[in-house]
Amino acid sequence: MNLFKRPAIAPLEYTRRLWMRAWIAATLFFLYAPLLVLVAFSFNDSKRNIVWRGFTFKYYGKVIENDGLMAALGNSLTIAALATVISIVLGTLAAVMLWRFRFPFKAAVEGTMALPIVVPEICMGVAMLVFFAKLDWPTDLPWPLNLSAITIAHITFCFPFVAMVVRARLAGFNKEQEEAAKDLGATEWQAFRDVLLPHMKPGIIAGALLAFTLSLDDFVITFFTSGPNTITFPVKVYSMVRFSVTPEVNAASAILIFLTILLTTVALKLQDFTKATA
Amino acid sequence: MQDWKRQKAAFASIAVSPVAWLIAFFVLPLAIVWLYSFGRNVGLTEIDISGTFSNYGRALEPLYLEIFGKSVAVAALTTLICLIVGFPIALAITFAQPKWRPWMLLAIMLPFWTNLLIRTYALITVLRTEGYVNKSLGWLWESASGLKVMVGMAPLSTWEPLPLLYNNFAVILGLVYVHLPFMVLPLYAALDRLDRSLIEASLDLGAGHFRTLTQIVAPLAAPGIISGVIITFVPALGAYLTPDLMGGPDSQMIANVIERQFKRANDWPFGAALSFLLMYATFILIALQALRNRKAEARS
Repeated sequence: MNLFKRPAIAPLEYTRRLWMRAWIAATLFFLYAPLLVLVAFSFNDSKRNIVWRGFTFKYYGKVIENDGLMAALGNSLTIAALATVISIVLGTLAAVMLWRFRFPFKAAVEGTMALPIVVPEICMGVAMLVFFAKLDWPTDLPWPLNLSAITIAHITFCFPFVAMVVRARLAGFNKEQEEAAKDLGATEWQAFRDVLLPHMKPGIIAGALLAFTLSLDDFVITFFTSGPNTITFPVKVYSMVRFSVTPEVNAASAILIFLTILLTTVALKLQDFTKATA
Repeated sequence: MQDWKRQKAAFASIAVSPVAWLIAFFVLPLAIVWLYSFGRNVGLTEIDISGTFSNYGRALEPLYLEIFGKSVAVAALTTLICLIVGFPIALAITFAQPKWRPWMLLAIMLPFWTNLLIRTYALITVLRTEGYVNKSLGWLWESASGLKVMVGMAPLSTWEPLPLLYNNFAVILGLVYVHLPFMVLPLYAALDRLDRSLIEASLDLGAGHFRTLTQIVAPLAAPGIISGVIITFVPALGAYLTPDLMGGPDSQMIANVIERQFKRANDWPFGAALSFLLMYATFILIALQALRNRKAEARS
């Protein structure tokens, strides 16, 4: 029989051992089964959400008709887009600053820059709540200005991630290229724009996607900075989840999952692309 | 590396905006919270910063110490389970065929990219009383009962759904579900750097797989194990959403208490003190890890 003709398992081929495969399968089942059930039942034609009663897009229709939910999705995407753009600028500048210059208190600046990444979300959310309350930040501005508080909070925890990614990319930069550009008469700005920026581009793109996903996904910090008129998608889903388990929440969640998978795929594709062209 | 003095204009144009942003929207908010932690409520919205330590004193009351202790215990247990589940996974990825490795890493990472809230909700839908876990267990129970009847024995008592939600079990399960990738990645990074000939030598010299694992692989991968433990423990300690949605009345963690002070109890100074205590705990752990790394670098 063919089955027994497989080459023997070498001592270090742990991955080919049965118990190891069973362990991996069980873990992946644990990680994916709840999500798959969630997505599957967003297509289920039953309010009870447990017995399969046929395929339907009804609940997606309901989600689209749900003005509150759609407004929240619009808010989330607007905030994520704004936060990404500003985070790219701030993060890239921060990366270049830390990579290029020696300056007093550099270790302190570097440490503080890493803090938003490690501070517990709840502490940061609380700090933002207190800060905007202290400033008496206006809450009744017209859209999209009323999203400014949330956007500022998101930029604060997104741009250090961009800085980190871009700086890792800069580590592989050959400084002689920039010096050559300057020797050949490029100004400081031209050297930055034409030599350094193209080198940083893959890092910036990766950072941008990271910032966009982080902003889109954030619940805790947003929860503390959002007001009644500035609900984001996760905050809205949170209030729905608290209330009950319904197919409509499943559909809303599935939309966000699809969005994330799409973004991740784009990110991975772009990485392959930049690797191929680099 | 250039000295900033030699290119003041370039340095200023690059440094001003990120540093100013960080000070205005990160350092300043934290400083306000820090000052509030030494204040007390006067009136409904006024806080008088009087330099009192009473908020920190209150945090040491048995009620809050217990919650702190419980949060540490829950986070530690979560980390331990993640380590036990994650270590074989990391090992399997390390020793998988190269073409499989990126896919296995992606499979572990993909749920991590999905929204935390949605993952928690997904877990709730399968764990609730009418959820799939209870339904499957109930079906198994009924079948076993039917089987017993068939062979002429008394049937089992009727199936009672297990309380899988709104208790400490659910909180730990939820935290493991969410934090597993945090553990697997640093473990994989450490195991991947391992010199395989050492493992082969150990196996050749007669040690079994388990002994090789505990006496060769684990000590060599210790830096990765420790960073995995810290990377998992820190966010688990400050978790808010999982205990909030999946926990019962007795599974409040420190973050839930902080939230309550700010959103419901309206005791900002006390909440500020608790929030800084949580932050100090986080910083100490991260500083310990950084110190260890520096020592390891100095040695090599």
